[in-house]
Amino acid sequence: MLSDARLIAAKDLRIEASSRVLLTQVLPFGLMVLLLFGFGISPDRQVLGEVPRRSVLEQVSPGLFWITVLFAALLGLGRSFSIEAADGNLDGLRLGGLDPAGIFLGKAAAVIVQLAVLEVIVGVGAILLFGVSLANVGLLAVTIVGATVAIGCAGTLYATLAAGQRVRETLVPLLVLPVLAPVLLGATQATEAALFGPVSDGWPWAGLLGAFALLYIAIGIVAFGSFLEES
Amino acid sequence: MSEASKSARPDGSNRPAVQLRSAVALLGSFPALAGVDLDVHHNDVALLQGPNGAGKTTLLRLCAGLIGPSSGTAMVLGQDVGSANGRRRVRRSVGLMGHSTALYDDLTVEQNVQFWAAASKAESETVVPALDRTGLAGRLQTVKVSALSAGQRRRTALAVLLCRRPSLWLLDEPHAGLDKDGRELVNGLVLEAKDAGATILIASHDLDWATSVATRRIDVVGGRVVEGTVVEDAVVKGTVVKDADA
Repeated sequence: MLSDARLIAAKDLRIEASSRVLLTQVLPFGLMVLLLFGFGISPDRQVLGEVPRRSVLEQVSPGLFWITVLFAALLGLGRSFSIEAADGNLDGLRLGGLDPAGIFLGKAAAVIVQLAVLEVIVGVGAILLFGVSLANVGLLAVTIVGATVAIGCAGTLYATLAAGQRVRETLVPLLVLPVLAPVLLGATQATEAALFGPVSDGWPWAGLLGAFALLYIAIGIVAFGSFLEES
Repeated sequence: MSEASKSARPDGSNRPAVQLRSAVALLGSFPALAGVDLDVHHNDVALLQGPNGAGKTTLLRLCAGLIGPSSGTAMVLGQDVGSANGRRRVRRSVGLMGHSTALYDDLTVEQNVQFWAAASKAESETVVPALDRTGLAGRLQTVKVSALSAGQRRRTALAVLLCRRPSLWLLDEPHAGLDKDGRELVNGLVLEAKDAGATILIASHDLDWATSVATRRIDVVGGRVVEGTVVEDAVVKGTVVKDADA
Protein backbone atom coordinates (compact mmCIF):
# COMPACT_ATOMS: atom_id res chain seq x y z
CA MET A 1 0.00 0.00 0.00
CA LEU A 2 2.72 2.47 0.97
CA SER A 3 4.85 1.73 -2.10
CA ASP A 4 1.78 2.31 -4.30
CA ALA A 5 1.13 5.56 -2.41
CA ARG A 6 4.72 6.71 -3.02
CA LEU A 7 4.40 5.88 -6.72
CA ILE A 8 1.17 7.87 -7.11
CA ALA A 9 2.38 10.84 -5.03
CA ALA A 10 5.66 11.03 -6.96
CA LYS A 11 3.76 10.90 -10.25
CA ASP A 12 1.35 13.68 -9.23
CA LEU A 13 4.14 15.91 -7.93
CA ARG A 14 6.16 15.27 -11.10
CA ILE A 15 3.14 16.32 -13.16
CA GLU A 16 2.85 19.49 -11.05
CA ALA A 17 6.56 20.22 -11.45
CA SER A 18 6.12 19.87 -15.20
CA SER A 19 2.83 21.73 -15.63
CA ARG A 20 3.26 24.33 -12.82
CA VAL A 21 -0.50 24.70 -12.43
CA LEU A 22 -0.12 25.36 -8.68
CA LEU A 23 2.42 28.12 -9.24
CA THR A 24 0.82 29.79 -12.21
CA GLN A 25 -2.89 29.37 -11.46
CA VAL A 26 -3.81 28.16 -7.98
CA LEU A 27 -1.42 30.41 -6.04
CA PRO A 28 -2.30 33.60 -7.95
CA PHE A 29 -5.97 32.71 -7.45
CA GLY A 30 -5.45 32.38 -3.70
CA LEU A 31 -3.57 35.66 -3.44
CA MET A 32 -6.24 37.39 -5.52
CA VAL A 33 -9.02 36.15 -3.21
CA LEU A 34 -7.00 37.41 -0.25
CA LEU A 35 -6.58 40.78 -1.92
CA LEU A 36 -10.30 41.03 -2.70
CA PHE A 37 -11.13 40.31 0.95
CA GLY A 38 -8.80 43.21 1.79
CA PHE A 39 -10.68 45.47 -0.61
CA GLY A 40 -14.06 44.33 0.66
CA ILE A 41 -13.37 44.87 4.35
CA SER A 42 -11.94 48.23 5.35
CA PRO A 43 -8.70 47.95 7.34
CA ASP A 44 -9.58 51.20 9.11
CA ARG A 45 -12.71 49.88 10.79
CA GLN A 46 -12.01 48.90 14.39
CA VAL A 47 -13.66 46.16 16.42
CA LEU A 48 -15.68 47.85 19.14
CA GLY A 49 -14.75 47.04 22.72
CA GLU A 50 -11.60 45.10 21.86
CA VAL A 51 -8.50 45.76 23.95
CA PRO A 52 -5.98 45.98 22.43
CA ARG A 53 -7.76 47.61 19.52
CA ARG A 54 -7.84 45.51 16.36
CA SER A 55 -9.18 46.20 12.90
CA VAL A 56 -12.16 44.18 11.70
CA LEU A 57 -9.92 42.82 8.93
CA GLU A 58 -7.36 41.56 11.43
CA GLN A 59 -10.08 40.09 13.61
CA VAL A 60 -11.63 38.08 10.79
CA SER A 61 -8.29 37.19 9.16
CA PRO A 62 -8.28 33.55 10.43
CA GLY A 63 -11.60 32.88 8.70
CA LEU A 64 -10.53 34.71 5.55
CA PHE A 65 -7.27 32.74 5.44
CA TRP A 66 -9.00 29.37 5.70
CA ILE A 67 -11.76 30.31 3.22
CA THR A 68 -9.03 31.32 0.79
CA VAL A 69 -7.21 28.02 1.37
CA LEU A 70 -10.45 26.12 0.88
CA PHE A 71 -11.29 27.86 -2.41
CA ALA A 72 -7.76 27.32 -3.71
CA ALA A 73 -7.88 23.71 -2.54
CA LEU A 74 -10.97 23.18 -4.69
CA LEU A 75 -8.94 24.18 -7.73
CA GLY A 76 -6.10 21.90 -6.68
CA LEU A 77 -8.44 18.98 -6.08
CA GLY A 78 -10.16 19.53 -9.41
CA ARG A 79 -6.77 19.51 -11.10
CA SER A 80 -5.68 16.38 -9.20
CA PHE A 81 -8.58 14.42 -10.66
CA SER A 82 -8.85 16.07 -14.05
CA ILE A 83 -5.44 14.54 -14.87
CA GLU A 84 -6.93 11.14 -14.06
CA ALA A 85 -10.19 11.71 -15.90
CA ALA A 86 -8.38 12.75 -19.07
CA ASP A 87 -7.53 10.16 -21.71
CA GLY A 88 -8.89 7.16 -19.81
CA ASN A 89 -6.30 7.31 -17.02
CA LEU A 90 -8.87 6.24 -14.42
CA ASP A 91 -9.32 3.01 -16.37
CA GLY A 92 -5.55 2.68 -16.41
CA LEU A 93 -5.42 3.00 -12.64
CA ARG A 94 -8.18 0.42 -12.25
CA LEU A 95 -6.40 -1.97 -14.59
CA GLY A 96 -3.00 -1.37 -13.03
CA GLY A 97 -3.69 -3.53 -10.04
CA LEU A 98 -2.60 -0.85 -7.57
CA ASP A 99 -3.98 -1.02 -4.05
CA PRO A 100 -6.90 1.47 -3.98
CA ALA A 101 -5.83 2.55 -0.48
CA GLY A 102 -2.37 3.27 -1.89
CA ILE A 103 -3.87 5.35 -4.69
CA PHE A 104 -5.90 7.30 -2.12
CA LEU A 105 -2.94 7.94 0.17
CA GLY A 106 -0.71 8.91 -2.75
CA LYS A 107 -3.16 11.35 -4.27
CA ALA A 108 -4.01 12.81 -0.87
CA ALA A 109 -0.31 13.18 -0.03
CA ALA A 110 0.37 15.06 -3.26
CA VAL A 111 -2.58 17.37 -2.59
CA ILE A 112 -1.38 17.92 1.00
CA VAL A 113 2.15 18.85 -0.13
CA GLN A 114 0.75 21.34 -2.63
CA LEU A 115 -1.68 22.74 -0.05
CA ALA A 116 1.18 23.21 2.41
CA VAL A 117 3.11 25.28 -0.14
CA LEU A 118 -0.04 27.27 -0.85
CA GLU A 119 -0.73 27.90 2.84
CA VAL A 120 2.78 29.19 3.49
CA ILE A 121 2.54 31.73 0.68
CA VAL A 122 -1.08 32.71 1.35
CA GLY A 123 -0.19 32.93 5.06
CA VAL A 124 2.61 35.38 4.33
CA GLY A 125 0.17 37.31 2.14
CA ALA A 126 -2.36 37.42 4.99
CA ILE A 127 0.28 38.69 7.44
CA LEU A 128 1.29 41.46 5.05
CA LEU A 129 -2.19 42.44 3.87
CA PHE A 130 -4.16 42.10 7.09
CA GLY A 131 -1.46 43.24 9.52
CA VAL A 132 -1.62 40.04 11.54
CA SER A 133 1.17 39.23 14.02
CA LEU A 134 2.15 35.59 14.47
CA ALA A 135 1.70 34.16 17.96
CA ASN A 136 1.54 30.70 19.58
CA VAL A 137 3.31 29.01 16.72
CA GLY A 138 2.88 25.54 18.26
CA LEU A 139 -0.92 25.71 18.21
CA LEU A 140 -0.84 27.28 14.75
CA ALA A 141 1.38 24.50 13.41
CA VAL A 142 -0.84 21.74 14.83
CA THR A 143 -3.92 23.49 13.44
CA ILE A 144 -2.40 23.86 9.99
CA VAL A 145 -1.23 20.24 9.88
CA GLY A 146 -4.59 18.87 11.06
CA ALA A 147 -6.66 21.07 8.75
CA THR A 148 -4.41 20.44 5.73
CA VAL A 149 -4.52 16.67 6.15
CA ALA A 150 -8.30 16.77 6.66
CA ILE A 151 -8.83 18.95 3.57
CA GLY A 152 -6.46 16.83 1.48
CA CYS A 153 -8.01 13.49 2.49
CA ALA A 154 -11.69 14.46 2.46
CA GLY A 155 -11.21 16.43 -0.73
CA THR A 156 -9.45 13.54 -2.44
CA LEU A 157 -12.16 11.14 -1.41
CA TYR A 158 -15.07 13.20 -2.71
CA ALA A 159 -13.28 14.56 -5.76
CA THR A 160 -12.83 10.93 -6.83
CA LEU A 161 -16.59 10.50 -6.96
CA ALA A 162 -16.84 13.42 -9.34
CA ALA A 163 -13.82 12.47 -11.45
CA GLY A 164 -15.65 10.30 -13.94
CA GLN A 165 -18.60 12.64 -14.34
CA ARG A 166 -18.97 15.06 -17.22
CA VAL A 167 -19.98 17.82 -14.81
CA ARG A 168 -17.08 17.24 -12.41
CA GLU A 169 -15.93 20.88 -12.40
CA THR A 170 -19.15 22.02 -10.77
CA LEU A 171 -19.73 18.82 -8.83
CA VAL A 172 -16.46 18.90 -6.86
CA PRO A 173 -17.29 22.08 -4.85
CA LEU A 174 -20.83 20.84 -4.29
CA LEU A 175 -19.58 17.57 -2.80
CA VAL A 176 -16.51 18.83 -0.98
CA LEU A 177 -17.61 22.12 0.64
CA PRO A 178 -20.33 20.68 2.91
CA VAL A 179 -17.97 17.93 4.05
CA LEU A 180 -15.24 20.43 4.85
CA ALA A 181 -17.49 22.90 6.69
CA PRO A 182 -16.59 21.42 10.12
CA VAL A 183 -12.90 21.62 9.19
CA LEU A 184 -13.30 25.28 8.27
CA LEU A 185 -15.01 25.95 11.59
CA GLY A 186 -12.39 24.12 13.63
CA ALA A 187 -9.44 25.63 11.78
CA THR A 188 -10.82 29.16 12.09
CA GLN A 189 -11.52 28.82 15.81
CA ALA A 190 -8.12 27.29 16.55
CA THR A 191 -6.27 29.90 14.48
CA GLU A 192 -8.22 32.71 16.13
CA ALA A 193 -7.31 31.36 19.56
CA ALA A 194 -3.66 31.06 18.55
CA LEU A 195 -3.48 34.61 17.23
CA PHE A 196 -5.67 36.46 19.70
CA GLY A 197 -6.00 34.07 22.65
CA PRO A 198 -6.88 32.55 24.92
CA VAL A 199 -4.70 29.72 23.67
CA SER A 200 -6.45 27.14 25.83
CA ASP A 201 -9.60 27.68 23.75
CA GLY A 202 -7.71 26.59 20.63
CA TRP A 203 -6.43 23.17 21.63
CA PRO A 204 -9.82 21.42 21.70
CA TRP A 205 -10.44 22.71 18.16
CA ALA A 206 -6.99 21.55 17.06
CA GLY A 207 -7.78 18.16 18.60
CA LEU A 208 -11.02 18.07 16.64
CA LEU A 209 -9.10 18.78 13.43
CA GLY A 210 -6.73 15.92 14.22
CA ALA A 211 -9.71 13.64 14.78
CA PHE A 212 -11.23 14.73 11.45
CA ALA A 213 -7.92 14.09 9.71
CA LEU A 214 -7.64 10.58 11.16
CA LEU A 215 -11.30 9.87 10.37
CA TYR A 216 -10.94 10.91 6.72
CA ILE A 217 -7.71 8.90 6.37
CA ALA A 218 -9.48 5.82 7.74
CA ILE A 219 -12.56 6.32 5.54
CA GLY A 220 -10.34 6.87 2.52
CA ILE A 221 -8.33 3.70 3.09
CA VAL A 222 -11.49 1.64 3.51
CA ALA A 223 -13.82 3.25 0.96
CA PHE A 224 -11.62 4.60 -1.81
CA GLY A 225 -11.79 1.36 -3.79
CA SER A 226 -15.59 1.61 -3.99
CA PHE A 227 -15.40 5.32 -4.83
CA LEU A 228 -12.92 4.57 -7.63
CA GLU A 229 -15.24 1.92 -9.05
CA GLU A 230 -18.17 4.30 -8.98
CA SER A 231 -16.35 7.21 -10.59
CA MET B 1 -12.52 -24.57 -35.31
CA SER B 2 -8.75 -24.53 -35.75
CA GLU B 3 -6.44 -26.39 -33.44
CA ALA B 4 -4.91 -23.10 -32.38
CA SER B 5 -8.24 -21.77 -31.27
CA LYS B 6 -8.92 -24.87 -29.22
CA SER B 7 -5.61 -24.85 -27.42
CA ALA B 8 -5.77 -25.37 -23.70
CA ARG B 9 -4.16 -23.28 -20.98
CA PRO B 10 -0.68 -24.13 -19.85
CA ASP B 11 -2.16 -25.50 -16.63
CA GLY B 12 -4.01 -28.12 -18.70
CA SER B 13 -7.56 -26.86 -18.16
CA ASN B 14 -9.77 -26.53 -21.20
CA ARG B 15 -11.80 -23.57 -20.01
CA PRO B 16 -11.75 -20.83 -22.66
CA ALA B 17 -9.91 -17.60 -21.94
CA VAL B 18 -13.21 -15.76 -22.36
CA GLN B 19 -16.53 -17.49 -21.80
CA LEU B 20 -19.72 -15.42 -21.95
CA ARG B 21 -23.19 -16.86 -21.53
CA SER B 22 -26.23 -14.64 -22.14
CA ALA B 23 -24.11 -11.74 -20.94
CA VAL B 24 -25.92 -8.43 -20.77
CA ALA B 25 -24.04 -5.20 -20.07
CA LEU B 26 -25.79 -1.89 -19.57
CA LEU B 27 -24.53 1.57 -20.33
CA GLY B 28 -26.93 3.53 -18.15
CA SER B 29 -30.17 1.83 -19.06
CA PHE B 30 -29.09 0.95 -22.61
CA PRO B 31 -28.14 -2.71 -23.17
CA ALA B 32 -24.85 -2.31 -25.04
CA LEU B 33 -24.50 -6.08 -24.84
CA ALA B 34 -27.86 -7.78 -25.16
CA GLY B 35 -27.20 -11.42 -24.29
CA VAL B 36 -23.83 -12.43 -25.69
CA ASP B 37 -22.69 -16.05 -25.92
CA LEU B 38 -19.04 -16.29 -26.80
CA ASP B 39 -16.04 -18.53 -26.27
CA VAL B 40 -12.57 -17.26 -27.03
CA HIS B 41 -9.99 -19.96 -26.50
CA HIS B 42 -6.49 -19.51 -25.21
CA ASN B 43 -4.04 -18.35 -27.84
CA ASP B 44 -6.83 -17.24 -30.21
CA VAL B 45 -6.43 -13.99 -32.10
CA ALA B 46 -10.07 -13.01 -32.42
CA LEU B 47 -11.19 -10.12 -34.57
CA LEU B 48 -14.39 -8.42 -33.43
CA GLN B 49 -16.05 -6.71 -36.33
CA GLY B 50 -19.31 -4.87 -36.60
CA PRO B 51 -20.79 -1.44 -37.19
CA ASN B 52 -20.30 1.51 -34.87
CA GLY B 53 -22.29 1.11 -31.68
CA ALA B 54 -22.53 -2.66 -32.08
CA GLY B 55 -21.05 -3.26 -28.63
CA LYS B 56 -17.44 -4.15 -29.48
CA THR B 57 -15.90 -1.65 -27.07
CA THR B 58 -18.30 -2.69 -24.30
CA LEU B 59 -17.40 -6.32 -24.94
CA LEU B 60 -13.70 -5.48 -24.55
CA ARG B 61 -14.38 -3.50 -21.34
CA LEU B 62 -16.34 -6.44 -19.97
CA CYS B 63 -13.41 -8.75 -20.76
CA ALA B 64 -11.06 -6.26 -19.07
CA GLY B 65 -13.11 -6.40 -15.87
CA LEU B 66 -13.90 -2.69 -16.07
CA ILE B 67 -17.61 -3.43 -16.09
CA GLY B 68 -19.55 -6.46 -14.95
CA PRO B 69 -22.51 -8.16 -16.61
CA SER B 70 -25.88 -7.05 -15.30
CA SER B 71 -27.18 -10.53 -16.11
CA GLY B 72 -25.74 -13.72 -17.53
CA THR B 73 -22.25 -14.96 -16.76
CA ALA B 74 -18.83 -13.77 -17.84
CA MET B 75 -15.72 -15.78 -17.07
CA VAL B 76 -12.41 -14.25 -18.12
CA LEU B 77 -9.13 -16.07 -17.52
CA GLY B 78 -10.96 -18.23 -15.02
CA GLN B 79 -12.33 -15.29 -13.05
CA ASP B 80 -15.99 -14.43 -12.71
CA VAL B 81 -16.16 -10.77 -13.73
CA GLY B 82 -19.69 -10.66 -12.36
CA SER B 83 -18.13 -10.23 -8.93
CA ALA B 84 -16.08 -7.26 -7.81
CA ASN B 85 -13.29 -9.53 -6.58
CA GLY B 86 -13.21 -11.40 -9.89
CA ARG B 87 -13.00 -8.13 -11.80
CA ARG B 88 -10.13 -6.93 -9.63
CA ARG B 89 -8.23 -10.19 -10.11
CA VAL B 90 -8.69 -10.36 -13.87
CA ARG B 91 -7.49 -6.78 -14.40
CA ARG B 92 -3.96 -7.73 -13.40
CA SER B 93 -3.73 -10.17 -16.31
CA VAL B 94 -5.27 -8.12 -19.10
CA GLY B 95 -3.95 -5.26 -21.16
CA LEU B 96 -6.45 -2.90 -22.75
CA MET B 97 -5.60 -0.38 -25.41
CA GLY B 98 -8.79 1.52 -26.03
CA HIS B 99 -9.69 4.67 -27.89
CA SER B 100 -8.03 6.56 -25.04
CA THR B 101 -4.38 5.90 -24.50
CA ALA B 102 -4.30 6.39 -20.69
CA LEU B 103 -1.23 8.62 -20.75
CA TYR B 104 -0.39 11.71 -18.73
CA ASP B 105 0.10 14.70 -21.01
CA ASP B 106 2.57 16.45 -18.71
CA LEU B 107 4.91 13.49 -18.36
CA THR B 108 7.41 12.42 -20.98
CA VAL B 109 7.05 9.22 -22.97
CA GLU B 110 9.65 7.50 -20.79
CA GLN B 111 8.09 8.75 -17.53
CA ASN B 112 4.67 7.48 -18.65
CA VAL B 113 5.97 4.04 -19.56
CA GLN B 114 7.99 3.87 -16.33
CA PHE B 115 4.96 4.87 -14.25
CA TRP B 116 2.55 2.41 -15.81
CA ALA B 117 5.16 -0.36 -15.72
CA ALA B 118 5.69 0.27 -12.01
CA ALA B 119 1.93 0.53 -11.44
CA SER B 120 1.42 -2.91 -12.96
CA LYS B 121 4.39 -4.32 -11.01
CA ALA B 122 6.34 -4.97 -14.19
CA GLU B 123 10.13 -5.17 -13.99
CA SER B 124 11.76 -1.80 -14.58
CA GLU B 125 14.10 -3.55 -17.02
CA THR B 126 11.17 -3.98 -19.41
CA VAL B 127 10.91 -0.25 -20.10
CA VAL B 128 13.93 0.27 -22.36
CA PRO B 129 13.24 -2.78 -24.59
CA ALA B 130 9.58 -1.71 -24.87
CA LEU B 131 10.62 1.79 -25.98
CA ASP B 132 13.08 0.27 -28.44
CA ARG B 133 10.52 -2.16 -29.86
CA THR B 134 7.92 0.57 -30.41
CA GLY B 135 10.37 2.96 -32.02
CA LEU B 136 10.22 5.49 -29.20
CA ALA B 137 13.77 5.19 -27.91
CA GLY B 138 16.04 8.16 -28.43
CA ARG B 139 14.71 11.62 -29.21
CA LEU B 140 11.04 10.82 -28.58
CA GLN B 141 11.41 9.27 -25.14
CA THR B 142 12.11 12.62 -23.48
CA VAL B 143 9.25 14.40 -25.25
CA LYS B 144 6.11 15.26 -23.28
CA VAL B 145 3.13 13.19 -24.36
CA SER B 146 1.16 16.40 -25.00
CA ALA B 147 3.55 17.12 -27.87
CA LEU B 148 3.11 13.73 -29.55
CA SER B 149 1.07 12.95 -32.62
CA ALA B 150 -1.87 10.55 -32.32
CA GLY B 151 0.24 7.77 -33.82
CA GLN B 152 3.10 8.37 -31.40
CA ARG B 153 0.65 8.31 -28.49
CA ARG B 154 -0.58 4.92 -29.62
CA ARG B 155 2.99 3.68 -29.88
CA THR B 156 3.51 4.84 -26.28
CA ALA B 157 0.37 2.98 -25.22
CA LEU B 158 1.73 -0.10 -26.99
CA ALA B 159 5.02 0.26 -25.08
CA VAL B 160 3.02 0.28 -21.82
CA LEU B 161 1.19 -2.84 -22.97
CA LEU B 162 4.50 -4.55 -23.77
CA CYS B 163 5.79 -3.85 -20.26
CA ARG B 164 2.64 -5.34 -18.73
CA ARG B 165 3.00 -8.62 -20.70
CA PRO B 166 -0.69 -9.43 -20.27
CA SER B 167 -2.19 -12.87 -20.81
CA LEU B 168 -5.17 -11.30 -22.57
CA TRP B 169 -4.65 -8.42 -25.00
CA LEU B 170 -7.71 -6.29 -25.69
CA LEU B 171 -7.11 -3.94 -28.58
CA ASP B 172 -9.77 -1.44 -29.61
CA GLU B 173 -9.05 -0.06 -33.07
CA PRO B 174 -5.31 -0.59 -32.61
CA HIS B 175 -4.46 0.44 -36.19
CA ALA B 176 -6.34 3.74 -36.02
CA GLY B 177 -4.15 6.80 -36.42
CA LEU B 178 -1.08 4.77 -37.31
CA ASP B 179 1.00 4.92 -40.48
CA LYS B 180 2.04 1.79 -42.37
CA ASP B 181 5.04 1.18 -40.11
CA GLY B 182 2.86 1.60 -37.05
CA ARG B 183 0.30 -0.87 -38.36
CA GLU B 184 3.02 -3.37 -39.12
CA LEU B 185 4.31 -2.82 -35.60
CA VAL B 186 0.86 -3.57 -34.13
CA ASN B 187 0.53 -6.76 -36.16
CA GLY B 188 4.07 -7.78 -35.29
CA LEU B 189 3.39 -7.32 -31.59
CA VAL B 190 0.14 -9.27 -31.87
CA LEU B 191 1.94 -12.20 -33.47
CA GLU B 192 4.74 -12.07 -30.90
CA ALA B 193 2.18 -12.02 -28.10
CA LYS B 194 0.42 -15.00 -29.67
CA ASP B 195 3.73 -16.85 -29.95
CA ALA B 196 4.30 -16.12 -26.27
CA GLY B 197 0.95 -17.77 -25.47
CA ALA B 198 -1.29 -14.74 -25.05
CA THR B 199 -4.90 -14.50 -26.18
CA ILE B 200 -5.81 -11.44 -28.22
CA LEU B 201 -9.13 -9.75 -28.99
CA ILE B 202 -9.03 -7.02 -31.60
CA ALA B 203 -11.96 -4.75 -32.37
CA SER B 204 -11.26 -3.11 -35.68
CA HIS B 205 -12.79 -1.56 -38.74
CA ASP B 206 -9.42 -1.81 -40.45
CA LEU B 207 -10.16 -5.26 -41.78
CA ASP B 208 -7.25 -5.58 -44.19
CA TRP B 209 -4.74 -5.21 -41.39
CA ALA B 210 -6.65 -6.95 -38.62
CA THR B 211 -7.68 -9.95 -40.72
CA SER B 212 -4.09 -10.69 -41.58
CA VAL B 213 -3.34 -11.68 -37.99
CA ALA B 214 -6.73 -12.98 -36.84
CA THR B 215 -7.42 -16.66 -36.37
CA ARG B 216 -11.13 -16.02 -35.84
CA ARG B 217 -13.61 -13.40 -36.91
CA ILE B 218 -16.51 -12.60 -34.63
CA ASP B 219 -19.38 -10.45 -35.88
CA VAL B 220 -21.03 -8.22 -33.33
CA VAL B 221 -24.29 -6.55 -34.27
CA GLY B 222 -26.78 -4.80 -32.03
CA GLY B 223 -25.12 -6.00 -28.85
CA ARG B 224 -25.08 -9.64 -29.91
CA VAL B 225 -22.55 -12.01 -31.39
CA VAL B 226 -24.25 -13.17 -34.56
CA GLU B 227 -21.59 -15.15 -36.34
CA GLY B 228 -18.11 -16.51 -35.87
CA THR B 229 -15.74 -17.44 -38.65
CA VAL B 230 -12.56 -19.40 -38.30
CA VAL B 231 -9.72 -18.13 -40.43
CA GLU B 232 -7.63 -21.26 -40.72
CA ASP B 233 -4.50 -19.93 -42.32
CA ALA B 234 -4.67 -16.23 -41.53
CA VAL B 235 -1.40 -16.04 -39.70
CA VAL B 236 0.41 -18.05 -42.34
CA LYS B 237 -0.79 -15.89 -45.20
CA GLY B 238 -0.46 -12.66 -43.23
CA THR B 239 1.64 -9.84 -44.59
CA VAL B 240 3.10 -8.94 -41.25
CA VAL B 241 6.75 -8.12 -41.09
CA LYS B 242 8.12 -9.48 -37.83
CA ASP B 243 11.24 -7.58 -36.97
CA ALA B 244 12.32 -8.03 -33.40
CA ASP B 245 15.07 -5.46 -33.77
CA ALA B 246 12.87 -2.74 -35.18
